[in-house]
Amino acid sequence: MKKVTAQKSRVSSKKKTRAMKRHVKPRAMVLSGYGLNCEEETKFAFDSAGAKADIVHINDIIAKPGMLSEYQILAFPGGFSYGDDTGSGKAYANKFKNHLKKQLDEFLAKDTLVIGICNGFQILTNLGVLPGALAVNKNGRYIDRWVDLKAVGKSPWLSGIKKISLPIAHGEGRYVGNKKDAGFVYEEGEICKFQNLEKNPNGSMHDIAGVLGYKGRVLGMMPHPERAMFFHQSPMWQKEKEKIKRSGKSASKIAQKEGEGLQIFKNAVEYFKK
Amino acid sequence: MISRIYVAQESGDSREKILLKSWRELGLSGKPSAVSILDSYILDSDLTKDELDKAGRALANSVVEEYFVNELPTKKKFSYCVEIGFLPGVTDNVGNSARETLQDLLDQDLKVYSSKAFLISGKLGKNDAEKIASSMYNPLIERAYIATGKELAKVKTLPLKAPVVKLAERKPVIKISLNVPDAELEKIGKEGIMDPDGTRRGPLALDLESMKTIRKYFKELGRDPTDVELESLAQTWSEHCKHTIFADPIDEIKDGLYKTYIKGATNLIRQRKGSKDFCVSVFSDNSGAIAFDDEFLITHKVETHNSPSALDPFGGAITGIVGVNRDTMGFGLGAKPVGNVYGFCVGDPADKRPLYRGKNKQQKMLSTKRIMDGVVKGINVGGNCSGIPTVSGFIRYEDRYRGKPLVFAGTVGIIPRKVNGKLSHIKKAEPGDYAVMLGGRVGADGIHGATFSSVTMDSTSPATAVQIGDPITQKKMSDALVKEARGMNLYDSITDNGAGGLSCSVAEMAKESGGVKVDLEKVPLKYPGLRPWETWISESQERMTLAVPKKKWEVFRRLMENRGVEATIVGEFTGGNACQVSYEGKKIMNMDMKFLHDGLPSKKLKTVRHEKKYKEPKLPAGSARTQIFEKLFGTLNLGSFAFISEQYDHEVQGSSVLKPVSGAGRVNTEAQVFRPVLGSPKGAVLSMALYPFYGDISTYHMAGAAIDSAIRSAVCAGGSLSRLALLDNFCWCSSNEPERLGELKDAVKACYDYAVGYETPFISGKDSMFNDFKGYDEKGNPIKISIPPTLLISAIGVMDDISKTVSPEFKSAGDLIFLLGETNDELGAGEYYRMLASEQKKPFRSKLKSDTEVGDAIGNNVPQVNWKTNTKTYRALEKAIAKDLIASAISVSSGGLAIALAKSAVGGMLGCNASVENLPGNADTVDAKLFSESQGRAVVSINPKDAKRFEKIMKENGAHFAKIGVVSKNSGFTIDKAIKTDVKKLHAIYHKFSDSQK
Repeated sequence: MKKVTAQKSRVSSKKKTRAMKRHVKPRAMVLSGYGLNCEEETKFAFDSAGAKADIVHINDIIAKPGMLSEYQILAFPGGFSYGDDTGSGKAYANKFKNHLKKQLDEFLAKDTLVIGICNGFQILTNLGVLPGALAVNKNGRYIDRWVDLKAVGKSPWLSGIKKISLPIAHGEGRYVGNKKDAGFVYEEGEICKFQNLEKNPNGSMHDIAGVLGYKGRVLGMMPHPERAMFFHQSPMWQKEKEKIKRSGKSASKIAQKEGEGLQIFKNAVEYFKK
Repeated sequence: MISRIYVAQESGDSREKILLKSWRELGLSGKPSAVSILDSYILDSDLTKDELDKAGRALANSVVEEYFVNELPTKKKFSYCVEIGFLPGVTDNVGNSARETLQDLLDQDLKVYSSKAFLISGKLGKNDAEKIASSMYNPLIERAYIATGKELAKVKTLPLKAPVVKLAERKPVIKISLNVPDAELEKIGKEGIMDPDGTRRGPLALDLESMKTIRKYFKELGRDPTDVELESLAQTWSEHCKHTIFADPIDEIKDGLYKTYIKGATNLIRQRKGSKDFCVSVFSDNSGAIAFDDEFLITHKVETHNSPSALDPFGGAITGIVGVNRDTMGFGLGAKPVGNVYGFCVGDPADKRPLYRGKNKQQKMLSTKRIMDGVVKGINVGGNCSGIPTVSGFIRYEDRYRGKPLVFAGTVGIIPRKVNGKLSHIKKAEPGDYAVMLGGRVGADGIHGATFSSVTMDSTSPATAVQIGDPITQKKMSDALVKEARGMNLYDSITDNGAGGLSCSVAEMAKESGGVKVDLEKVPLKYPGLRPWETWISESQERMTLAVPKKKWEVFRRLMENRGVEATIVGEFTGGNACQVSYEGKKIMNMDMKFLHDGLPSKKLKTVRHEKKYKEPKLPAGSARTQIFEKLFGTLNLGSFAFISEQYDHEVQGSSVLKPVSGAGRVNTEAQVFRPVLGSPKGAVLSMALYPFYGDISTYHMAGAAIDSAIRSAVCAGGSLSRLALLDNFCWCSSNEPERLGELKDAVKACYDYAVGYETPFISGKDSMFNDFKGYDEKGNPIKISIPPTLLISAIGVMDDISKTVSPEFKSAGDLIFLLGETNDELGAGEYYRMLASEQKKPFRSKLKSDTEVGDAIGNNVPQVNWKTNTKTYRALEKAIAKDLIASAISVSSGGLAIALAKSAVGGMLGCNASVENLPGNADTVDAKLFSESQGRAVVSINPKDAKRFEKIMKENGAHFAKIGVVSKNSGFTIDKAIKTDVKKLHAIYHKFSDSQK
């Protein structure tokens, strides 16, 4: 097998194209089509964080490739593109490569942000935008649970985040690659302690859960921040709710309290406001 | 020219270890030491070497995979190669995705077929290789090819042959004379139309009475029917589609069970509720719908997919879940699926007794373990790939499900009340609209599915009834429809293509306009050679039927094309009252709509009641129950099934509120809450309940308990009794026997009594009446295994504020534990007595049909539901939850109070100190107090500071309750002197089986 090679951005000196002004919302394109399925909640996350997100079907960009240049953020959301049938993310990446390679390169050459979540991360590695690969989980099975993460890389996506707990749901999330590319690693935190879970759910090398590229402007991650937008999504919220009630605070509307995942999307918006 | 591309994973792939482990359990004479797994793609197209390399690069991830063209990798020596691929014509999702990728890459039409090859090293013989192959493939849908390493070293590659469907040229349409003796007429109905070559096509499932009615109809027309007409009638009139047993008069009930008891209950409840009626569309559409809020409706539908799942568990279950998703997309103008539910009733996976469908040990059935694994995987792939959270589910184990497993699959949907200014639940195909088929193509798969599920399964059960769902084709269609076309107002009506295929969906929709004309040659086929009747009734999956106004067709077509969804005009709706079908210009079906839909003669059903009396089991002496309690907690039906819940994505769409597993100890919840509209404070609560074993004593009380439990679980989680709707799924057996019909009548009567009592309307339902297996046992003796009559009740409710959700696990040491409701001596057919009975099992008396397989000492005191008392309890609990007084609530169900306490304890990983000495109700033995399954009860834990307010609410509302203990600071779990154990130990017992399945 070939050696894992990391791809590094060589575009840092490119002129920054922050046309955004404080009051203008950065625009995020959330891809859809062919079995991607987290586009609605990902759009919701970007919109909640202060971006203006549009869901765009891949065939619509293929028909109008220029439209990518109207956006500052590109998101490959989670899902099951092509049913993972020929290997997760591969077929969608092939389609993207066949038709939109030039536009993607141009987009990446500008001061933009890209995120790939779960299936989106798998697509980014198959596109070669991020290094490494995602293989079948060590237990050979699809897993839905929560994990604890430590942010380890430098990236606009990770500003101010040290530790974060998010859900995973995947069958092919075992990262094969180098430690230096890591953005997030699995670490034992409050969720693992709470439910007595293994910290690394899938056997990823170096406990890697997320990877950075292009000087941190591109983030690929298996966990789903868009599924941790609210308190009620956490497996611990029921226990926490009791604690809050007993501390004398009001539990009214407690379920809709902000979740930890939102920060990642806020960071993206902030990046274009600076 | 045919080529093969092999894709090899990096070695050390975790799947290799898992396979080797499973093979070691096969009792091989040799020892496989290693295996490498290859994905193989057969390309049946002329491609250059460059193109093949390009294709290889696209199919392999260069970091962890390597590709090989027309040559097996030779780095490692292997002794045997086992290749598993699909039989010709079976849905090959991987092949299809590879084809799409490669067509896009190479810009030419291709045919691609996928398979998996296993290169096995180690010392092993041909027998071993065969055993390994047969542990991995299902001969009804797959093929296995076995070759030695030596053989393959010479030829370098697996055979370059494509699994192409080749159908013999046959006469497209034949006429069938019905002017034959009654015996032959009956045979046509039972075994099917005889083809010119003398073979029968498979069951029409029409009885003599129906056949005579058809004969008379065509006699009056002065002609013989075509095969298309007969097959079409058989579909439309099938038990599966018409639910004749629920519709026909039965004993003194002239309007039949459904109209009188199910619909009758709903109508009465809606009337009583008046302005508080929340039903919007019930029984008339593919799903039932209730109000969610001012803006949205929420829909629910639960289907069964039993018969196909017995033959191909994976295909059956995936088709079940993907199929019921279409009942959501086919509701009104198309609802968006937002939650899946599932349920499995299977045999004990440890049961090794083989069953055969044919004589002389022919047509071996899959083992109970493979059936379980298969159905679990089917929902996994179907649900996960579709991006719909799998919110709720259950699994039950019993020997009587080993011949025919039950697979329930359901989907909740959400739809704006108004779409383009029109009420979204109303639709009407207009005369002049195109009849459009959308989605997948038609093949021979799924022929006679509807008629097959209307009969007992035996050696003649058709393999073509098996289909494999293709979630991605459907996902593309679903997105294009619900997220785009619906909002663009591009169609007048839409429905699912399910049982009976086009013959049912088109003819059903034609009722809206009046009639329809169809040109069958326009229907896109998977492969040539299908005869018109096959095209007309095939149940090939992932299809919807729509009525598209002519002037909107072009926009519709372009949208679908752009989204990779095939849309085809197959006919036109008319204002006439005929269903007319042509093939290449020749009219092959011309029937009056009225006869087609309403011509089925009704039968008068008669029932017989037979009382059943069982022995009481011997109870253990003394009052120490720790050991027996721990044993009970470890039984399959009471333990965790987290191994299923955690392999289903229940968090996609970001809606999760109360998950399928909860708390530090990951206890399975009995109700789940989710938030289908992001940003809204409202939630939906779901629960499911069934007590098939109670039916051994009384199906009336079985139904009552299921309704009560579904309601109770929903209320415990934060639902409201006044905002709950119910769904019924009857899975019966031998429904042509008066005794079974008597049991059915009792159960349906109970549905009426309790639904009306609780004012919880039924909004949708489904039945499956012949869940019997007829075949041969391990000795080759004939055997009939009927499932126990099974009624699944599902509840759906709307919660105004998801913040009020309550989970079942204990939260905090020192909290007080209360039991709500009365505990009576009702151990009959409960889990405790069933365990005792199986330990004390007497030789099996095969004469009584109602005999349970656990033996006959299951007692007689089956739990009986008192809805008046329980209503008070539930109202009181609701009020306490609304005031944030409840820290945890769990419904007391199978296994009784001790098991409910154990689940709350394990969930919270907190012990408890409880006493059952003073409980409301007549239970006076330690066994009854601990294990009686009296309905209407819940265990709640409460912050001591809130206890007074809680007790006040209970008293004010007239609820029975008792303080029974306290959540302890340590992990000790004690109930009086009867049970003394530890929560860590209970956690291990609870998860033991589930963990062994991971």
